[in-house]
Amino acid sequence: MFKLTVVTPEQPFYEEDVRSIVLPGSVGYLGVLTDHAPLITALVPGELKVVEAEGEKEHLFAITGGFFEVAHNHATVLADAIEDQDRIDLQRAEQAYERARARLAEHDGGLDAVRAELAVWRAKNRLQVARKYHDE
Amino acid sequence: MPSLRDIQRRIRSVESTKQITKAMQMVAAAKLRRAQQRVESARPYAQKMQEMLQSLAGAAAGLKHPLFEVRDVRRQALVLFTSDRGLCGSYNANLIRRASTLMREGDPQSWLLIPVGKKGYDWFKSRPYPIGECYLDWQGNLDFERVRVITRDLLELFQREEVDRVHVLFTQFISTVSYRITLEQFLPIEPPEGTRQVDEYIFEPTAADIFSRLLPSYALTRVQTALAEALASEHGARMFAMSNATKNAGEMIDTLTLKYNKARQAAITTEMLEIVTGAEALK
Repeated sequence: MFKLTVVTPEQPFYEEDVRSIVLPGSVGYLGVLTDHAPLITALVPGELKVVEAEGEKEHLFAITGGFFEVAHNHATVLADAIEDQDRIDLQRAEQAYERARARLAEHDGGLDAVRAELAVWRAKNRLQVARKYHDE
Repeated sequence: MPSLRDIQRRIRSVESTKQITKAMQMVAAAKLRRAQQRVESARPYAQKMQEMLQSLAGAAAGLKHPLFEVRDVRRQALVLFTSDRGLCGSYNANLIRRASTLMREGDPQSWLLIPVGKKGYDWFKSRPYPIGECYLDWQGNLDFERVRVITRDLLELFQREEVDRVHVLFTQFISTVSYRITLEQFLPIEPPEGTRQVDEYIFEPTAADIFSRLLPSYALTRVQTALAEALASEHGARMFAMSNATKNAGEMIDTLTLKYNKARQAAITTEMLEIVTGAEALK
């Protein structure tokens, strides 16, 4: 069991004792269990899966990026933005994804295109996480 | 001795002023509550980010990054956070005084003033300091998109070596009635002291990569924090100033009312005397 703190620029988001975390590191998904060696990594858009210590409850979040640090059984996620899976409105997530794709289609290179592509990535991620919840 | 009607007019005018200050006080109070909440809920993130930077700097000492680069200072920028609007007591005056004192050191041309908020700009536009990009008209709200723009511009300014150091001058929010004027070095980023226990960290993928991602985020957070703190202080200062103004207006009305009653009494007395003397004379 170890402690997980998730903060966003707007507010503290989540703080619990957890059994395990799976997160989207910049070089791939990684799992963190108790007594993990000190580690720092950047995060990319993806799913953050948490198993709480109490009741083995599983939580899924859509995260748009940020940073992660774990040391001495204390894990910290600095999230750019994060959403609880069951809070995501599926329809609106779909619309956002379509909009992002439409914008990407308008650009064909340059910095704006990179930005549009990142936006598509984030929107797609949210949509995927939301769908998982609705399929259950 | 002002006439009765003059006093009455005066009372009415003070009353309407009082209504305005009272309304402003209430608006400021509402805005303050929101701003204060935002400041307080944003602090943990800034705190954690600072800690992470410390771990990183401690574990990967000697790491180079353009934003760490200390150069000989030929030109330095001062980012001055003031409010857009007045009627907030000595809030802006204090900040401007501090900025003036700071910039009086050395050649005015060696400074570049970057005003965030109109009051600072208005004061310095006719003074001999070069003024850079201005970020005005915030309407008392924190606009994340503009914070991003400011950060990007400042980083570019530093990396293009147009300035060799960047300071930020803003107020830290303490409580409704107090704020602390704070001057911080923004760039180059000073690697935090490795006060935290230094561990053998694993970096994924590499420390340099994380640094290059973390530092811009860190800079963004700093600007955002400064602005959030400044806005909360501004609303606090305005609320305080307006509540004083309302109180003073109330006192003024009381004094004027007293004066009015006295004048009225005097007028009646005089009139009665006239009547009495007139009647006496007729006898």
